[in-house]
Amino acid sequence: MSQILPVVHILSKVLMLFAFAFLLPLGVSVALGDGAQLAYDEAILVTFFSGAVLWLLSRRGKRELQTRDGFLLVVLIWAVLPAFSTIPLLVYLPEMSFTDAYFEAVSGLTATGATVMSGLDSLPPSINIWRTQMHWIGGMGVIVLVVAVLPMLGVGGRQLFKAETPTPMKDSKLTPRMAETAKGLWQVYALITIACMLSLWAGGMNWIDAVVHGFSVMGLGGLSSHDASMAYFDSVLLEIIVMVFALIAAISFSTHFMAFRTRSLLTYRHDAEIPWTFGVLAASILGLTFFLLYKGFYLDFPEALRHAAFNTVSVATTLGFATTDYNVWPYFAPLWMLFLSSFIASSGSTGGGIKMLRAVLLYKQVYRELTKLVHPSATVHTKMGTQPVPPKIIYAVLAFLFIYVASIVVLSFTLSASGLDVFTAFTAVVAMVNNTGPGLGQVGPASNYAVLNDFQTWVCSFAMLLGRLEFFTLLVVLTPVFWRK
Amino acid sequence: MKIIILGAGQVGANLAESLVAENNDITIVDLDATRLALLQDRFDLRTVLGHAAHPSILKKAGADDADMLVAVTQSDETNLVACRLSATLFNIPTRIARIRSNDFLGLEAGFLAEHFGVDDVISPEQEVTETLRRLIEHPEALQVLDFAGGKIRLVAVRAYHGGPLVGHELQDIKRHMPDVDCRIPAIYRRDRGIVPKGITVIEPNDEVFFLARKQDIPSVMRELRRMERPVKRVMIAGGGNIGRRLAARIERDYDVKVIDHNRTVSNLLAEQLHHTLVLQGDATDEDLLEQENIEAIDVFCALTNDDEDNIMSALLAKRMGAQRVIALINRSAYVNLVQGGEIDIAISPAQATVGPLLSKIRRGDMAAVHSLRRGAAEVLEIVVHGDLKTSKVVGRRIGDVALPEGASIAAIIRGDDVLIAHHDTLIEAEDHLIVFALNKRIIPKVEKLFQVGFGFF
Repeated sequence: MSQILPVVHILSKVLMLFAFAFLLPLGVSVALGDGAQLAYDEAILVTFFSGAVLWLLSRRGKRELQTRDGFLLVVLIWAVLPAFSTIPLLVYLPEMSFTDAYFEAVSGLTATGATVMSGLDSLPPSINIWRTQMHWIGGMGVIVLVVAVLPMLGVGGRQLFKAETPTPMKDSKLTPRMAETAKGLWQVYALITIACMLSLWAGGMNWIDAVVHGFSVMGLGGLSSHDASMAYFDSVLLEIIVMVFALIAAISFSTHFMAFRTRSLLTYRHDAEIPWTFGVLAASILGLTFFLLYKGFYLDFPEALRHAAFNTVSVATTLGFATTDYNVWPYFAPLWMLFLSSFIASSGSTGGGIKMLRAVLLYKQVYRELTKLVHPSATVHTKMGTQPVPPKIIYAVLAFLFIYVASIVVLSFTLSASGLDVFTAFTAVVAMVNNTGPGLGQVGPASNYAVLNDFQTWVCSFAMLLGRLEFFTLLVVLTPVFWRK
Repeated sequence: MKIIILGAGQVGANLAESLVAENNDITIVDLDATRLALLQDRFDLRTVLGHAAHPSILKKAGADDADMLVAVTQSDETNLVACRLSATLFNIPTRIARIRSNDFLGLEAGFLAEHFGVDDVISPEQEVTETLRRLIEHPEALQVLDFAGGKIRLVAVRAYHGGPLVGHELQDIKRHMPDVDCRIPAIYRRDRGIVPKGITVIEPNDEVFFLARKQDIPSVMRELRRMERPVKRVMIAGGGNIGRRLAARIERDYDVKVIDHNRTVSNLLAEQLHHTLVLQGDATDEDLLEQENIEAIDVFCALTNDDEDNIMSALLAKRMGAQRVIALINRSAYVNLVQGGEIDIAISPAQATVGPLLSKIRRGDMAAVHSLRRGAAEVLEIVVHGDLKTSKVVGRRIGDVALPEGASIAAIIRGDDVLIAHHDTLIEAEDHLIVFALNKRIIPKVEKLFQVGFGFF
C-alpha cells in the first residue's frame, strides 16, 4: 500500500484540477439554459471532493516519484478520469449504463471518437461540448505524455526523442525543464485550436458546432454533435478546413513548438516524418479516387476526389469524421484507410497507431537487412534523417510492433469469440487500438458501437486505453513483476 | 627565402623537399626526433625538436627573421596558434596554415586572417579530393586543373589511334570544331616537351595538354581519343580522410562504394555518408571485389595511407575488370614507376599541396601555380601590373611578348571573362595570364619577364 500512496497523492491533485474542466460545459449550459446544468454541478462536486478525500488520505505517503511509479500514475490517470467524466452523461441520461458511459468517456479522453450514443442532434449543446472537450483534454495529455513522459519511462523506442534527434536540429529536448516544455506545447496546442475554431466558424458553422468540431479535430478524436458527422454540413469549404487542421494535428507538436519558437517554417523541412506522411496520403487519395471512379461509385472526378480525400485524411489521421457511409464502398477502400490509420500520424501528434516514425524505422530496417543480404560485407546503419539510430531503439520498435500486432490478434479473437462477426471484430479492434473511431461492418461510420454487448464494450474500452498508452505502459502495470518488491 | 615549416608529416616533408630544391633556407619543426633525423639525412635543411605552437620553439627555429611560416601539423589548433604567435610576436610577413576541419574552413572569408593572422589556408585533403573529383568527371583525362573558378580547365589527355584529330595538324582543330575555342599549349612526346605550332602533327600516345571552357572539354577530348562510357559507378578503397571526403563529395552524383578494413572506420563512414555503400573488408581481397561486381566499376580509386596497398589493389582491380583505376601514391619514386602502366593515374598528394604554396614564394604576382607531370612542368596564373612603359607585357599583343623558349600564354582571365589566347590578343593591366612552362628551368626567366620595372613605384 505504501507503494501506491505517492501515486494516489498525485492522482488526487489531478482529480481536483480535472474538476475545473467541467466549468466550460457548465458555463455553456447556464448561458444557453439547455437544462443540463445540474449534471455539471454534480460532476464538479463529486470529482473535487473525491480528489480532496484522496488527497487527505494519501497525504502521509508523499515522496519523490520513481520511474516505476510513473507507469502506474499514467495508467491510473487514464483509467480514473474517464470514470469521473461519465458523471454528466449518467446524470443527464439516467437510462445510460455505466458501461456505455465509461466507453463514451474513454473514447473521448483517448481521442478515439467511437460512440454508443445516437440522437446527438437533440442532445443539449453543453453535453456535446463536454464529449468533444474530452478529446481536446485527452489530446493535450497525449502530447505531453508522448513528448515528455514516455521518453523518461523509455517505452517503445521513445528514447529516440530523449537522447537522439530524428532531425538535424540538435534541440530535441525542447526546453531544459519538463514543466516548461509542457507549457510551451500547450500554448501552441491552444493557439492552433483557436485558429481551427475560428476557421470553422468563418466557414459557416454556428459557434457551438465550431467549438465542438474544433475540439474534436485538434484531439484527432472524431465525436461530433451530429449523427451524420461531417455529412450534416455538406460543405466543401468546411471539409477542407477540417482536413487542413487534421493534418496539422497529425504533425508532431514538437515541430509546431519549434516553428513557433523560431518563427520560421524551416523546422517543418527538418521533420523526418512529414514527407512520408504527406507522400503516402497523397498517393493513397489519388489511388482511391481512381479506384472509386473505376468501380463506378462516383461518376465524376471532383466528387470522387472530395469523398476519397476527406474520408482518407479523416480515417488515416485517426480523426474519424465521415462525409459518406464508406462502409458501402468496395472493402478494399475502407480497409486501406483503416490500415493507413495504423501509422500515418506523427509521433508527438494527437493521432494514434504505431506512428510514422516507427513505421519509417521499420521500413528502413527491412531495407537494411535486404542490403546486407546483397552485400554481406556492407556496414549499413538504419538512419532517421541523417542520424543513425542505435540498435537498442530498433529492438524496442520491433518489440512495439510485435505487441501491437499481438494485441490486435488477441483482442479480435476475444471479440469474435463473444459473438461478433470476424470482420466487425477485427476492424473494431483496429479502430480502437489506433484510436480512430469508426470501424467497418456493424460498427461502420453510419452505425455505432451501441450494437456491442457489455463485455464487448469493456474489451473495446480496454483496447482504446491500450493503444493510447502505447501498449507497454499499460501492460507493464499488469505484470506480476511490476508489483513484486 | 627563409621559411619555417611546422610539422614534419607527409605534407611537411614533401613541402620541404620541393622548397629545398628551389633554393630556400628551410627550418622544420616537429615533436618526433626520428622523423626529423630522417629528413636531415635526406635534405639540406635545419631541424628543431619541440612543440610547434610554443613561442620558445618558434624563436629557436628562427622566427625573428623568417620570411614565411608554413604551419602544416596534423592539428588545426596548433597551426592557428602558431600563425597568431608568429604574426604578433615575430612579425613574420607571410603565414600559411593547413586547416582540415570543415568547421574552420566554413568560417567567413577573412576571419582567420583577421583573428588568427593566417594569410593563406591550405587544405591538402580538400585539394586532393577536388583533383580526384575532376578526374572522375573526365575519366579520360590524366590531369584536370581549374582556372577562373572552374570556368576554364586545363586537361592532359593521351592521344590514341582512332581519335579524329590524331595524325592531323593542330590547325585542323578549327575545321573539325568551328565553334569550340581551344588552345594546346604543350604536347609531351616520349616524355619530351614540345611547344606545338599550327603545323605540328598529333601522334598516337602523345600526352596533349589543352585548355578550353568547361563545357567544351568532352568535345575536344572526343577528337583525341575514343570516349569511354560515362562514369556511373565509383569504388573507393580506403575510408581515411581523403576517401571519406571524396565519397561525401560525389555520392549524390555517382553510385559510390567505399571499402575499409577497419570496423570502427566503416561504422563512422556508414554514419556520415548517406548515399554510399560502405563495405568492411580488404580492398586486395579478390572475393570481395568479385562479390561487389568490380567489372562493372567505372572508376576505382585506391586511397589508403599505404602506397604499396594502393598499388596492389589498383592493379588487382584493373586486372579484374575495373574500367579505370586511380592510385594515391606518396613516394615520388613509385609515381614514376606505375603511371602509364596498368594503373591509369597516380596521384601524389604532395603535388596537390605544393602548388598553392609555390605561388607564395615566387617573385611576381602569382595567383596560382600548379605542378604538372610530377613537378617537371608548371602552369602559372600570373597577374600583370604596370603599363606600356614599366611592364614588358602590358599593352602588347601576345604574339609580341618575348616569352622564353618553352613557355606559352594559354589564356587570359579579364574580370569575369575568359579569353583563349590568340596571337593578336591585347594584354591589359590587371589581366590574369595563364602561362604554361614546359620545364622548370625556364621559370626564373618567366618570373623576370612579368616583374614590373622600377618606374612603377
